[in-house]
Amino acid sequence: MAFISVFEVLGPNMVGPSSSHTAGASAIAYLAQKMLGEKVKSASFTLYGSFAKTYRGHGTDRALIGGIMGYETDDTRIRKSFEIADSLGISYQFIENHEDTEVYPNTVEIAMTGENGRQMTVRGESIGGGKVRIVGINGVEVDFSGEYSAVIVIQQDKPGVVAHITKCISDRKINIAFMRLFREAKGHTAYTIVESDGNLPQEIADEIKQNEFVRDVMIVQA
Amino acid sequence: MDFKNAKELLSLCMENDLSISQVMRNREIIQTGKSQREVYSRMAKALSIMKTSAHSAITEDLKSMGGLIGGEAKKLQAYQSQGKNICGNLLSKAIMYAMGVLEVNATMGVIVAAPTAGSCGVVPGMLLAMQEEYGFSDSQLIDALFNAGAIGYLAMRNATVAGAVGGCQAEVGVASAMAASAATELMGGSPQMCLAAASTVLQNMLGLVCDPVGGLVEYPCQNRNASGVANALIASEIALAGIPQLIPFDEMLDTMYAVGKRIPMELRETAMGGCATTPSACAACGICK
Repeated sequence: MAFISVFEVLGPNMVGPSSSHTAGASAIAYLAQKMLGEKVKSASFTLYGSFAKTYRGHGTDRALIGGIMGYETDDTRIRKSFEIADSLGISYQFIENHEDTEVYPNTVEIAMTGENGRQMTVRGESIGGGKVRIVGINGVEVDFSGEYSAVIVIQQDKPGVVAHITKCISDRKINIAFMRLFREAKGHTAYTIVESDGNLPQEIADEIKQNEFVRDVMIVQA
Repeated sequence: MDFKNAKELLSLCMENDLSISQVMRNREIIQTGKSQREVYSRMAKALSIMKTSAHSAITEDLKSMGGLIGGEAKKLQAYQSQGKNICGNLLSKAIMYAMGVLEVNATMGVIVAAPTAGSCGVVPGMLLAMQEEYGFSDSQLIDALFNAGAIGYLAMRNATVAGAVGGCQAEVGVASAMAASAATELMGGSPQMCLAAASTVLQNMLGLVCDPVGGLVEYPCQNRNASGVANALIASEIALAGIPQLIPFDEMLDTMYAVGKRIPMELRETAMGGCATTPSACAACGICK
């Protein structure tokens, strides 16, 4: 069982009114913009389940916009995030999906375009008490929490890539807490997610990119 | 230093002659590798947010997102200032702060989830009222928060604190158990007394459903936070008088969880029953229309 900190009991420090609908929403969007790695220029949020039903009354929409602008859960600018996003020329839209009932009740899919044109779709679930889980990147099912610093590698599904990744990490004497591998299909795009106990230096991303089958590397610090 | 249940927590307290708050703080330091100073200052930050949220409802005019609550803390203060408050000063202030924090939460103000946003008024309501009435220092309140954290941790680990899973007994019920235990330690009660107080709260709030009007964290959540501080005070008084509880806290957590899972889905945060579907609530809400 994962360690439960006293600050998960008395926390998160957050803008109200709901840990799952407000704090969790901003945390998912915050992780998404970190993964994109550049300022978000436009974002489309598809809301599922309870998110789709009650997002206005819970400020889920403001929290999501705040999150993609890099605001943390206790940042009071979340209240005025629409106005701030408008003034920065960030475009956004909200799509309510009431048809897919099989998804987790508090799910959002964020399709982002960055200022340099980079595009990414991130799907996240708010699982209670402000805790979240990222469950999809560009349509591929993944699973990580953002509680640990993570390196996310997009690669071609070929032998030796994972060994290369773990070598780059162990060369820097960083301890791997969790590691998971996901793929679209054999030989196609695969995702490796490594969560570590300590911070991950940016240089690791450059070193991992040396492998010819690695397409992209993202680092998300906890 | 770690514990999986209240029994182990009590053993750690007895073997090392420590309070519950000391065990919980040591656990955080040892398990996370963070310094004592870092852990302490993070809890000091939580206390400071609690204070700001409790007071801003009295000094500012706030409008909630859903429009179902607002202005209650001011009314309570005006009533108390006449000196005829029915509850006595400690409980009157605790109610005012608890309801005020919920107002701030409903306006997208900054709060500390304790253990959730829907129950975030109980612990600060109780502790801030005790500080004003009995003169406890900030550092004593910070210790008390670690004590409250131990109770909430056990609920998160061995039961649930989500209204969607266990009803309001899991949110305000657990918050109230946390407040009761923290208040008992503040008043000089033993670790056994703290756990007895927490057990009493869960008995008294067992079965409480989660039925927010419009699915919003406003009404009756705000009233329930006030009832949470009252329940905490009752339980703490019983414990401090030296009255033991037949049912230990661990067993009350188990039964709270078991009862929570048997609460029908309509009464677990879905707004499909209870207060949420009364005619007046439906007329005020309008989400289904």
